[in-house]
Amino acid sequence: MKHYLNQLVASQYFSFVVTVLLFVILYAAGIMTYKGFMRPQVFLNLFIDNAALIIVTVGITFTLLIGGIDLSVGAVLALCCMVLAYLLEFTTVPVGLAILIILLMGIGFGALQGYIITKFDLQPFIITLAGMFFCRGLTAVISRDTISITNPFYVELASTRIQLGVGFISVGAVIALLTLLIAAIVLGYTKFGRTVFAIGGNESSASLMGLPVFRTKVMVYTISGFCSALAGVAYSLIMLTGYNLHGLGMEMDAIASSVIGGTLLTGGVGFIPGTLFGVLIQGVILTFITFQGTLSAWWTKIVVGALLCVFIVMQAFITEHKSKLSSKSSMESASK
Amino acid sequence: MGKVLLEMRQIDKVFPGVRALSKVDFTLREGEIHSLMGENGAGKSTLVKVLTGVYPRDGGTVTMEGKEIFPRTPKEAQECGISTVYQEVNLCANLTVAENIFIGREPRKYGFIDWKTINHRAAELLHTLNVDIDVTKTLDHYSVAIQQMIAIARSIDVSAKILILDEPTSSLDEEETQRLFKIVRKLKDQGMGIIFISHFLEQIYDLCDRITILRNGELVGAYDVATLPKLDLIAKMVGKDVSAVRDMEVAAEKSQPSDEVFLSAEHIGATGQIFDVDLKIHKGEVLGFAGLLGSGRTETAELLFGVHPISQGEIKINGKKLDLKDPMTAMEQKIAFCPEDRKVAGIIGDLSVRENIILAMQAKDGILKHIPYKEQVKIADDCIKLLSIKVSSREQLIKNLSGGNQQKVIIARWLATQPELLILDEPTRGIDVGTKTEIQKMAVALAKKRGMSVIFISSEMDEMVRTCTKLIVMRDRRKVAELENDEISSENVMKAIAGGAA
Repeated sequence: MKHYLNQLVASQYFSFVVTVLLFVILYAAGIMTYKGFMRPQVFLNLFIDNAALIIVTVGITFTLLIGGIDLSVGAVLALCCMVLAYLLEFTTVPVGLAILIILLMGIGFGALQGYIITKFDLQPFIITLAGMFFCRGLTAVISRDTISITNPFYVELASTRIQLGVGFISVGAVIALLTLLIAAIVLGYTKFGRTVFAIGGNESSASLMGLPVFRTKVMVYTISGFCSALAGVAYSLIMLTGYNLHGLGMEMDAIASSVIGGTLLTGGVGFIPGTLFGVLIQGVILTFITFQGTLSAWWTKIVVGALLCVFIVMQAFITEHKSKLSSKSSMESASK
Repeated sequence: MGKVLLEMRQIDKVFPGVRALSKVDFTLREGEIHSLMGENGAGKSTLVKVLTGVYPRDGGTVTMEGKEIFPRTPKEAQECGISTVYQEVNLCANLTVAENIFIGREPRKYGFIDWKTINHRAAELLHTLNVDIDVTKTLDHYSVAIQQMIAIARSIDVSAKILILDEPTSSLDEEETQRLFKIVRKLKDQGMGIIFISHFLEQIYDLCDRITILRNGELVGAYDVATLPKLDLIAKMVGKDVSAVRDMEVAAEKSQPSDEVFLSAEHIGATGQIFDVDLKIHKGEVLGFAGLLGSGRTETAELLFGVHPISQGEIKINGKKLDLKDPMTAMEQKIAFCPEDRKVAGIIGDLSVRENIILAMQAKDGILKHIPYKEQVKIADDCIKLLSIKVSSREQLIKNLSGGNQQKVIIARWLATQPELLILDEPTRGIDVGTKTEIQKMAVALAKKRGMSVIFISSEMDEMVRTCTKLIVMRDRRKVAELENDEISSENVMKAIAGGAA
């Protein structure tokens, strides 16, 4: 039994198992407390409401996996919403082209950040912090005020309900789920994905093993930029506005979700389904508070803060436990 | 004899101000285990780095199987068939064993990585090396020894013709080493050319067929192991003729140790680092630890300073048995330790000379106890005078001093704590001859005048012979001899290192 437990703790999915378990417990508690929690639509709403956060978290997870970080995601999202709203309201650019333009913006901006970080070997924290201020500022330059999106096609798109039998989800949620799926496949089953993990594990080893470190790092920040822009689309589908303060602090929510989902900030360890549950846990807590009715939404932050703390300590514990196990196994192999 | 696999001719490599390699030749044949020998700084690793594309060569030719090659990166060298396994394993601890072997060359199915094939082939490959482990576990589940075998497996799978093993055994124990050797011999039988670098003479004689010796970036020669006695090998490495080794200035002004024992260590050892060392150090004695680099000199000193806990034996100070669990405990017993690499472990460049001198005292007294500025000034000035440190003022930043003067400041730092045992690990490395002599004299003077015990560790034999009243000779992490008085001579030290082979 103890051996089995040891194996579980040492397994790379331990964090994931704990996160899923936590989600299930929270949800069960919700069902027991409030009748409304039983409705399948409550569960589906988690995806609808958090579509943008899920997409951003996927992007930021890539950067965390290589031991980097991207603080610009929330600001890029805001900028993309703003540009989209501007294009749809004040120009005759069709919806498809407008979306294409902001996606390319995200890609270009991410690639630029990645290139600067990698080429000059700079701290991603500082470069993406600069990127965050830049984008946030640029958003305000385009418009200080809220620009509402009234484009009929876009409004139609925003209110589209995709029926699943027991309930419905939004277009944004579908985009989020597709993003998750693609990210999981890329990270698990492509050379690029595995190189991301290798860089996070040990960058100098990765380059000595002949892996394309430079290219991969730039790609990772490009992906993060792309995801931020895509999240911008999902976000605007909910808000139907462009506004300077959209997605404020979202980068932190995304980092928190990723870490709760089992990503190590030191890089090299992370699991895409885990990040999903990281986001869902935050969503469930918020739902709880909505059902309760009198509590402030800020309680979500308090609970998430506490959870984050617990998870970080747990990760430290796992790492320590693992090193103990490996020294034990080396002794065993020596005594053979 | 196998056919020539690799030929390096007239290799030159110049770094700013240093000629690291000058017209070095090196030949490796198929099915040969070839050792590169030389003291530190002799150019072994530079030669390897030139071969593996880490440094470009400045002159000479490298031909492999008759064709000239110009590897510019480790990857290009790998493509030529040259793989290296370093002492610190260059793999990713967070990936699985199988992935570490195949990453970058993963077999794919429909464009996606074929994990089944990877795991299967990895297990097979490791099986041929007699390593049967779960390849789906992450690398950090396994010991360094196993990780090294995994690194070798990766190299083999890249279809390497030449395998370079750089200090592969330094963190392995006896049994793990034998296991590694078995694999290396197996690869040799398959016709691979292997370059083996190690500080352990025994292992070289156990495993290798040929030895190429370098000294100061120049080729001394290439020899068959069978025809080269160990003593000759050491003489060639240090550049002395065995018969001509005479000691010029013996014991002219050495200190006279008293009969009082300050510290005695009985059968101390630490797992994987030191096996069995016995020593007694008297008051007023200058005790030397001699031996080649990697023989365990520094590690023994570290045990006495409590850097690592001892796993066997006991240490007595002034006749009382003590548990030196950390350096602080050792400092309380008035032991001071000047580490080997002053850049890393010693000086704090942005602090002044005075602040650097006060540091150890402050650490000993605890950070809450303030040492009055006046007292600091007095201590600093005393030290500067005593050791004749050349500074413009006591407030000069230490990073602006020469290496020799930095070393003196570090010694001063420890003298300020008024130790009874001062451990100097390579205090004269990389400093000019004049300052070297001064430091040697200072060590003797401290023992003579203050009755301090000094442990002196150095790679330069002349220096040891001149300074020490007793020498502990170490080899392969064991004490192999103790030389006193008239026995102290370079020749005897070499004999002891060679294991009485002469």
